[in-house]
Amino acid sequence: MTDALIALVALPLTAALLALLLPRIATALVIFSGLAITASAIALLYGVNTAGALHYELGGWTAGLGIALRADGLSAILLLMIALVMFAASVYASAYFGKASERAQFWPLWLLLWTALNALLLSGDLFNLYVTLELLGLSAVALAALSGKHAAVQAALRYLLVGLLGSMLFLVGVALLYAGYATLDLATLTQVVKPGPIAWSALTLMTFGLLLKTALFPLHFWLPPAHGSAPAPVSAVLSALVVKAAFYLVLRLWLDVFADIVTPTAANLLGVLGAGAVLWGSWQALRAERLKLLAAYSTVAQLGYLFLFFPLLLALPPGPARDVATGGLVMLALTHGFAKAGLFLAIGIVQQRSGHDNIQELGGMVQRLPLTTFAIALAGVALIGLPPSGTFLGKWQLISAAIATGQWLWVAVTAIGSLLAAAYIFRILGHAFGNQPYPHQAVAVAREEWPALLLTLTATLVLGLAGAHVWTLLENGS
Amino acid sequence: MNSATSLPLLVILSSLLPGLVIFFLPEGSHRLRTTLNLAGAFVKIFLVGVLIWGVFHGQSYETRWALAPGLDLVLHADKLSLLFVSLSSVLWLVTTIYAIGYLESSPHRSRFFGFFSLCVSATVGLALAGNLFTFVIFYELLTLATYPLVAHRGTPEAIRGARIYLTYTLSGGMLLLIGTVWLYAIVGQTSFVEGGVLSGLSSEYHTQLILIFALLIAGLGVKAALVPLHGWLPEAMVAPAPVSALLHAVAVVKAGAFGIVRVVYDVYGVTFASELGVLMALGIAAGITIVYGSVKALFQDSLKKRLAYSTVSQVSYIALGTAILGPIGTIGGIVHLVHQGIMKITLFFAAGNYAETLGIHKVSEMNGVGRRMPGTTLAFSIAALGMIGIPPVAGFISKWYLGLGAVEAGMAGWVLPVLILSSLLNAGYFLPILYRAWFRTPAAVWPDEHIPAARFETHGALLWPPIITAVLALAAGLFAAAPYSPLEWASLIAQREYGL
Amino acid sequence: MLTTQWLYALSGCLLLALGLRSALLHPALLQRILAINVMGSGVFMLLIAIAYRGPGMPPDPIPHALVLTGIVVAVSATALALALARRLTREQPHD
Repeated sequence: MTDALIALVALPLTAALLALLLPRIATALVIFSGLAITASAIALLYGVNTAGALHYELGGWTAGLGIALRADGLSAILLLMIALVMFAASVYASAYFGKASERAQFWPLWLLLWTALNALLLSGDLFNLYVTLELLGLSAVALAALSGKHAAVQAALRYLLVGLLGSMLFLVGVALLYAGYATLDLATLTQVVKPGPIAWSALTLMTFGLLLKTALFPLHFWLPPAHGSAPAPVSAVLSALVVKAAFYLVLRLWLDVFADIVTPTAANLLGVLGAGAVLWGSWQALRAERLKLLAAYSTVAQLGYLFLFFPLLLALPPGPARDVATGGLVMLALTHGFAKAGLFLAIGIVQQRSGHDNIQELGGMVQRLPLTTFAIALAGVALIGLPPSGTFLGKWQLISAAIATGQWLWVAVTAIGSLLAAAYIFRILGHAFGNQPYPHQAVAVAREEWPALLLTLTATLVLGLAGAHVWTLLENGS
Repeated sequence: MNSATSLPLLVILSSLLPGLVIFFLPEGSHRLRTTLNLAGAFVKIFLVGVLIWGVFHGQSYETRWALAPGLDLVLHADKLSLLFVSLSSVLWLVTTIYAIGYLESSPHRSRFFGFFSLCVSATVGLALAGNLFTFVIFYELLTLATYPLVAHRGTPEAIRGARIYLTYTLSGGMLLLIGTVWLYAIVGQTSFVEGGVLSGLSSEYHTQLILIFALLIAGLGVKAALVPLHGWLPEAMVAPAPVSALLHAVAVVKAGAFGIVRVVYDVYGVTFASELGVLMALGIAAGITIVYGSVKALFQDSLKKRLAYSTVSQVSYIALGTAILGPIGTIGGIVHLVHQGIMKITLFFAAGNYAETLGIHKVSEMNGVGRRMPGTTLAFSIAALGMIGIPPVAGFISKWYLGLGAVEAGMAGWVLPVLILSSLLNAGYFLPILYRAWFRTPAAVWPDEHIPAARFETHGALLWPPIITAVLALAAGLFAAAPYSPLEWASLIAQREYGL
Repeated sequence: MLTTQWLYALSGCLLLALGLRSALLHPALLQRILAINVMGSGVFMLLIAIAYRGPGMPPDPIPHALVLTGIVVAVSATALALALARRLTREQPHD
């Protein structure tokens, strides 16, 4: 099973280099390696489910000097999500980029992004985390700027500078931790970190740096332009996976490494910022004129829901109640990943057919692009949080934990956020059902439509109906 | 999975699977579509028949699926769920036939019938829900499935009407969700049990339980059109007639009312609810709605809007019945679930016929229509008389039991005046229509005669459904004392609730 | 010596603060990129200070490894930033 750990990093990295050297077979290479990576992710999940958390030291160097790869239930589930989303988006991208020259630029960066995501989730020490975080940021920026248009390059540059700022702060935190505890290994740090000025400053710096990267309100300003101007498959992956990776790190730090340090006040701060994200992001999404901007602001809002969980998790004592709530958090993250990726891919189809993605001019789309509209509708159901999506189960747990701990503010925020999400989703769908003729050609390309559809189906049906397994996996894998 | 665990699921699938297939059928393949629709409907009725036979012989049917820790999706067939399921199944069959006739040569029929089937699947799932969690899931699914039907025509008015519908129902759904999560936080996962499960809780929870009740009823009351949450209903009249018929008689409004029945009888328990004081509040809200709806109906010239406000009023009889403590009041409320469904669907079928055949949308255009369309108007008249409460149509039975129940519960002081007033108001807005239809001379030319007078007044698929349902309404009244009548059924349910 | 260590650490923090201030406040693109580089240098100095283990002792290699990695990352990131900035200014010649 540890082979899966290595494969998940080695496969995309090798494929990236080969794609760079042999652009002519790059597309086939991507599809094959995509299948292999997905298979490894499934194998990893299976291994974690049966044997608990997995651990591997590269080259036999022990922790402290060597690089350790670690996978538990949470990272295994997220790795599978990453694999499936990336694979679907790869299939989509193979059709989206018509020109071979575009694809030659795209695939190596894409595979490097995949490597960074996998490596980040498997990292067991802060050093590795820093490296993979930077790799992730650089490849994401390069992909976002790929179209070369002014708006995209500007947004990408802003994304880069913000990301570098965040990484710097993260690195300072890492330095402080090393200064205080002489180790970078996450597992060891979890044992030895004690409350005190070093731990406090490190936590604050690292969290702040990561919040910049995960675009939590009010540090979200860079996200809508960057995700809104990137090519569709890139937007999909940026919203669904890249920001999630930074969130995953915040989660790990707060729940594992600094578990004894975090105070309810700090958690409440995150909750308040999350609430701001939900309300502000949903409001801006409602006012957005373009589909991609709507989807980007929706990401800001949905990430806010994830941060609402922090005050709740800290208010619940460690035990079954907290585990159930954590499972709800993971459900929300998973469903959003699939739904948002599918949404961006579907929007990409609309944009390519119409030449634009203005919401006002969508009339009659449902008749011309029924599968795409259906994918958008499914994604919308998942974003609003209606059954049978996984979000429904996640929001249930959110509201339940909030009521159980008496924190009614988050209930109100969730309710308002969900209704606002319904408003902006049905704004799109209302146009789609309208009778205005859709003037554009609507040839459906299977390689584009089916990935979008399958991703959103996963979010809205599979996760909703088979969601109980997520909780089991999290428990078995710890 | 054996039959005991799979039957409830199969009942849902019998409309879900044909619906999914229909989505992919090309517009022109209308014979295949009709076959799938009708086949699904007949299979569903057959399966429901099996369930009824089994439940009346003591068999237990339950499908259970864990969606999350402590949250099970439960489909359970008990007498109350079967009452609603049979109503839905039979009326779905009739409405499908009607819709096939109504939408002939309309665009987007595959889309329509696909969502139509989804709508019924959601209704049946809601009926078979074995706990509040499952109920909430299907309640929201119903909202999702009905939105495209309301927006079907694609005109700006339709989209606007659909948007208003959605605003109301999603907000209501959110309230219902919060109330349910709160309840689950207190008592954990509870199934629907006759007599309720909450009476054992200590009194420190009572304030919370009252607030939860308010949330649940507010959430359910949106679909059940309790004043002031009824605003979506007149706006949703932009939908085609089969949709209005389905929404108002079978699916949406009934789902809300059914939910209220479930919450009062199988979650709180009617005696406990009465002790908490919430029962009286519900009764007052129902009373206000009954009178308000009838008054508004008097002033509507649009036939569908008049029927819409009539629905607002009539569905609250069910809520009123639940608010009356005592088996007789309970029977009145539950049996009206069936009776109102059959009568209201007849009225909407008739309204649709007038619109489709002669272009009549307003009451003022209905002069003399009885001569031109006698079958439809006869059906309309029977149903209208039933709404007013004139024997032997079924509506009389419900009102009789409600009145008697009120007297028994000592609530006659305000319930009887409400019943009498609303019957008078019903007469006030139905009898003039009947008078116009039968006794006035028609205008020289009908507003827009699409279907010329032939051997039958209109197409068979449009004519027979209202006649069938009118006959059913009459039969439910005439043969109310017979075994397996809706009244008998309601009595059995009431007995279980009160532990008699 | 101990004071040298503190000197490095404090000047590292100072550079960090100055760079941060400049990155946030300066509107010009090139200045921002340079400011972030200055921040980077600050962090590296901090790390070098942390690597000091005492007089005559070899320094701790791990912070040095972090510094080297950081330098590589900073160089690549600056290259990317400059390439993007050049792309932007080529279309609108100012700065």
